[in-house]
Amino acid sequence: MTHEREAEQMPSFPFLSQQASATAQIDLGEFAHHIRRWSLEMVHRANASHIGGALSAADILAALYGRILKVRPEEPAWPERDRFVMSKGHCCVGLYSALALRGFFSTERLQRYAQPGSLLMGHASHKVPGVEWSTGSLGQGLGLAAGQAYAGKLRNSAWRVYALLSDGELNEGSTWEAVMFAGHHRLEKLCMVIDKNGQQAMGVTAGILDLGAVAEKIQAFGWEACEVDGHDLDALVTALSAPPAGKPRCVVAHTVKGKGVAYMEHNLKWHYSAPHTRELFELALEQLAQGAQEERR
Amino acid sequence: MRNAFIEHLTAHMAQDESIFLVVGDLGYSVVEPLVERYPERFLNAGVAEQNMTAVACGLAREGYKVFTYSIANFTTLRCLEQIRNGVCYHGLPVCVVSVGGGYMYGYLGPTHHATEDIGIMRTLPGMRVFVPFSQRSAQLALDEVLQQPGPAYIRLGRQGKAVDDVAHNGLTLVRAGAAGSTERAVIAVGKICDRVVRFAEERTADLYALCRVNPLPEPDLAKLFEQYAEVTVIEDHQRNGGVMSALAEFSTGIKGVNIAGRFSLAIEHEDGQRAALLFGDQSRNVIHE
Repeated sequence: MTHEREAEQMPSFPFLSQQASATAQIDLGEFAHHIRRWSLEMVHRANASHIGGALSAADILAALYGRILKVRPEEPAWPERDRFVMSKGHCCVGLYSALALRGFFSTERLQRYAQPGSLLMGHASHKVPGVEWSTGSLGQGLGLAAGQAYAGKLRNSAWRVYALLSDGELNEGSTWEAVMFAGHHRLEKLCMVIDKNGQQAMGVTAGILDLGAVAEKIQAFGWEACEVDGHDLDALVTALSAPPAGKPRCVVAHTVKGKGVAYMEHNLKWHYSAPHTRELFELALEQLAQGAQEERR
Repeated sequence: MRNAFIEHLTAHMAQDESIFLVVGDLGYSVVEPLVERYPERFLNAGVAEQNMTAVACGLAREGYKVFTYSIANFTTLRCLEQIRNGVCYHGLPVCVVSVGGGYMYGYLGPTHHATEDIGIMRTLPGMRVFVPFSQRSAQLALDEVLQQPGPAYIRLGRQGKAVDDVAHNGLTLVRAGAAGSTERAVIAVGKICDRVVRFAEERTADLYALCRVNPLPEPDLAKLFEQYAEVTVIEDHQRNGGVMSALAEFSTGIKGVNIAGRFSLAIEHEDGQRAALLFGDQSRNVIHE
């Protein structure tokens, strides 16, 4: 792995600082845009699923990897790193893009996503540099994160633990076991972000198992919780950087599934379908670029 | 056996500060001395076995050697996917410890029986499986787990006092049959070993105990299959998937071994027999004491 990594051409993007630790210099809007762009390219090349949820999470990932997480791309297992658990592991194209853009590995690897022999397969894998846990079976990430946060609390460690969950994942009982555990043990360095895009595999979450007032429910288990526009990067950074306050923290990020590509937004089809044709892919890139341009105005 | 195991674990905790015990709200009157000495390395995760196992993984990822503890069905079946994906796929030093395996909690009924645990655990990649048959055997299993930290399962029994001069987790000759006996061997798995001494005697068979059932002590077993014309396996488990199945799988690679009719399964006591009937168990060979 090491040799392979050394031989790789590491990415160099104008919007990213060459000093990995100087995250304050990263233009988050550009970062999020490139996460989306790469995510589209990966699912297009591989004819793979789950682009909708990757696009909804792109701004959250940009805020985390662009501003919040203390990580060292050149030393993925740095003991003092902040831990990040991608519990919604099916949206790994977003995570892989963020990691490659931050310099954990080359973007060439992204081009081989989901191809035979590639390290990057269709769900997040801990064998990929920078990925903490293999995930994909929903409902397991928060418990893993809670275990790490408990260990950190015992040792009075400075690092924090962040977990990104989908709202569909809140159907899983194991998620609520972990919510109870973290609240009971006042794991204040644990932060759960819910990518609340309102859709899951077969429909809208409210129509399958209505979650109701998620933030209030989680607060009732001894957490502090806030709600933000999950595509407002400043709001995300503010919510995610709040100092520990004696309780685990939940950020409910209201997002749009398929965000950034007009024909995918709010459309359940793009939970599974891929923009596999050249035309669909180019249209997606075009709409993404248009959206980014409008954002800049 | 449970107390001996926990005492031994407590002794290891004095030497190794990375050992951690997480229980699923079970272990009353067993774990208290450990908790008293090392409260910071003990956690009652509550009646929430999936989270218990996930938290154990998180702790292990941060450098702890973690033991989870509950009744056999809860600590294996309820959280099976957390064991498979969290413990085994990540190769973490998490040892799942169970009590009440098989029909041990006979009178509590089928919801509290674990007659598939060995079969399920031994199919998980990288999972070592131990079924101690005595107090000493339980301690040796623990020693082996700690010597090579990684995924493991230990199914503890109750009591298990009859066979205590054991030196390793492989195939152990417990009691020789009639002088010159080379016809029959009985392999007992787990604490049931105590109960089959007479059965082995009646058959003038040599009685062996086997603690580590995955990976199997293959060279010793190969010799055993060469030596005896008939090998009977006695275990507290469903007929399919358990140690009998493991030995059958192994022995298919040995020339001249005829598997058919050579193995049998037993359940251990009257409560168990009743439970087996309720559960629709397909056991054919039941020991009547």
